Amino acid sequence: MAIIVGYVPTSEGMAALDSAIEEARLRDQRLVVVNSSRGEALVDKRFASHEQWDSVEDRLAGSGVEHELKQLVEGKDAADQILTLAHEINAELIVIGLRRRSAVGKLLMGSQAQTILLQAECPVLAVKP
Amino acid sequence: MDALTDLLNGFATAAHPTNLLYAFVGVLLGTAIGVLPGIGPAMTIALLLPLTYSLEPTQAFIMFAGIYYGGMYGGSTTSILLNTPGESASVITAIEGNRMARAGRGAAALATAAIGSFVAGTIGTLCLALLAPQVVKLAIKMGAPDYFAVMVLAFIAVTTVLGSSKVRGLAALAIGLLIGLIGIDPTSGQQRLTLGIPELADGIDVVVVAVALFAVGEAMWIAAHLRRTPVEIIGVGAARMNRNDWRRSWKPWLRGTAIGFPFGAVPAGGAEIPTFLSYVTEKKLTKHPEEFGKGAIEGVAGPEATNNASAAGGLVPLLTLGIPTTATAAVMLGAFQGYGIQPGPRLLETQPELVWGLVASLFIGNAILLALNLPLAPMWAKLLRIPRPYLYAGILFFASIGAYAANLSTFDLWLLLVLGALGFGMRRFGLPVVPAIIGIILGPTAEEQMRRALQISDGQLSGLYNTWFSKAVYVVILLVVVVPPIVGRLRTPKKTNEPQHAEKGE
Repeated sequence: MAIIVGYVPTSEGMAALDSAIEEARLRDQRLVVVNSSRGEALVDKRFASHEQWDSVEDRLAGSGVEHELKQLVEGKDAADQILTLAHEINAELIVIGLRRRSAVGKLLMGSQAQTILLQAECPVLAVKP
Repeated sequence: MDALTDLLNGFATAAHPTNLLYAFVGVLLGTAIGVLPGIGPAMTIALLLPLTYSLEPTQAFIMFAGIYYGGMYGGSTTSILLNTPGESASVITAIEGNRMARAGRGAAALATAAIGSFVAGTIGTLCLALLAPQVVKLAIKMGAPDYFAVMVLAFIAVTTVLGSSKVRGLAALAIGLLIGLIGIDPTSGQQRLTLGIPELADGIDVVVVAVALFAVGEAMWIAAHLRRTPVEIIGVGAARMNRNDWRRSWKPWLRGTAIGFPFGAVPAGGAEIPTFLSYVTEKKLTKHPEEFGKGAIEGVAGPEATNNASAAGGLVPLLTLGIPTTATAAVMLGAFQGYGIQPGPRLLETQPELVWGLVASLFIGNAILLALNLPLAPMWAKLLRIPRPYLYAGILFFASIGAYAANLSTFDLWLLLVLGALGFGMRRFGLPVVPAIIGIILGPTAEEQMRRALQISDGQLSGLYNTWFSKAVYVVILLVVVVPPIVGRLRTPKKTNEPQHAEKGE
């Protein structure tokens, strides 16, 4: 059993990480931090850079929670990546960040958060920054 | 003074609003594709070759020249911000440019690259305008054996000087020459290598070959290597330089121009060697040797000026002799042939409006590039966020349309697939594409000149080298083949030292 948090280097990602650390402490569970990219574009700003990833590491080490960091490039959407992993490690809770989306954005683009909310086999905690 | 009058007339042509628009579209497109690694100006011009069916030659070439120059600019942006050169000519720029960006001096690096390219491009174009008529005077006296010798030089230079492996270069050239042979022999009317397929009798259209090898081959290659960890991009503001940067940059710009232009102008191919030479020169002459390897502005200014000057230089043999020295120039030669225009000594006489309009539009394009790139460089970097499946799907789409439009036959589409697979195979086994393209486009012309020379000499082999000019060229070829290995052997101990220095800088 563990808690999974989807991390992106934005304020939403940070909010999700904060709540996830809280939850991990409360439930006394291991925390798995996931950051992924499909690896299709040459530059992906949602893929954490070395510095950002290091600061996440520091933050977790400071919190004293048992943790694991996974940065994955497997050609999957972030939602697929988190759902597969949640299934594999039999996660107790998934924590994700929600961002504000414009009407046009909602019309045109799919939502990773929605996919996770609808398809997850465990409870999902959705956090706003 | 004649050249200057002609040039002014050229400006009158280039300043026509339609032509200005094409120049603008060209540089915009050129910069965009220069930024994207894997897509170069040669591929873009190949994809746009079908446009030549509906455009005036002048407009098409003004746009192509814009793409050629723009590609040289765009490549530097990715080199500096990502350490991923968008273009082979910008490989050297990445060494110092990326270090500068990491040290927070990315804006200065982008600025010195853009302004240096402008300075070098302008001086280079001026040299082109002054030099071209002189070369033409010489070239008119050249006979068939001389032409053949120069073309052999172009073949040899492009295969042996560029790339890591000479054997692979020669193999690629052989593939190109072989494809160039397909079709009806113009002298005897015999069918060659057509395998009894009637569609092959006319030869393979240059559009199809170029698009297949560049676009389809590259798209397949990317599709096979799609997933990779995203690279970190270094954020910078608009390009800007302080007084100290100017003081340290202007000499490398001028030296880079002086190195780049002659290298571009001789049929010895490409911008890789002169940019490297410029880098080495700047490293030797700099007053801040301790900064090299850590982000020295001279190491960006010099090579960037060099690659643009060599781009200008490369147009000299193309316009005066009809001999391309780079892949982009080769594809442009293909475009000339598509119009039924044979670039050569008589081009300046028969198409003065085209040539001088083209040269004048280079000046204008350069100015547009500077205006575009100083404020917009960071914006160009956003192009790198495009997911490659979308990008390459678009490229394949245009490639197929282009190949089909060439003759409106489905046969060409099959040909596109087959040659695309060949292009993929060449990338897979490390064969460079450039010699193949030059072989395909220049091969038939070289054959024609060789056979003409042999007919004049009544089949005697001496007919190929009985003029002083051809003899001189063959000596040069011999030097090109023999000298680099010897120098390389003498230099070997030094070379092993240099990477260590580079590592220390990290």
